[in-house]
Amino acid sequence: MRLAHKMAVESDRVRADCVEAMEFPHLVNRYGVRGVPRTVINDAAYADGALPEAALVEALQQALAPSSSEE
Amino acid sequence: MLLGDREREIVKGKLVDLAGPVRLVMFTQEIECEYCRDTRDMVQQVADLADQVTAEIYNFVTDKEKAEELGVDKIPAIAVIGAQDYGVRFYGIPGGYEFAALLEAISDVAAGDSGLAPETRQFLADLPEDVHLQVFTTPT
Repeated sequence: MRLAHKMAVESDRVRADCVEAMEFPHLVNRYGVRGVPRTVINDAAYADGALPEAALVEALQQALAPSSSEE
Repeated sequence: MLLGDREREIVKGKLVDLAGPVRLVMFTQEIECEYCRDTRDMVQQVADLADQVTAEIYNFVTDKEKAEELGVDKIPAIAVIGAQDYGVRFYGIPGGYEFAALLEAISDVAAGDSGLAPETRQFLADLPEDVHLQVFTTPT
């Protein structure tokens, strides 16, 4: 969790929510959360598990690549 | 939800040397759900224990403009705000491990420094679009 919040502190373009899964079952359904932690990136991509910094960066790169290449 | 003596000591120890002031902006509603009440209690207790931390409690229904300003769309919610609003939020009560995450977030926001690796900072500086991260957790 801390990593996502750190990214928000680092960049004005990043905001990071810590969401307590049991209190928001509709979001758990929407994002197919079956295990935690699950990180949802821009409502569209997912990264599961407590990722080290480089792995989360990689997940972000993959999640953002399609939309940026379409422009 | 009351913090025990041990938790209070941990909070004091972690938040005693904050680099700057932090506001915990919490949203609840008039008829509070159980978690809303517990979250409000937690936020107020943390603020009471740390000189640099203040708690602001808003009503999600009647303070709609404030909620919209901070992008808060569900409750209970806590926005952790330092010299600026970095977009750090907690939805649901930050209990268990997430309580530690709250203390860490307060510390990072106070410093205004992520402490991330240089290559991560560079990647974030070059982001082509806005990024919204939602990390789902459980309190255990």
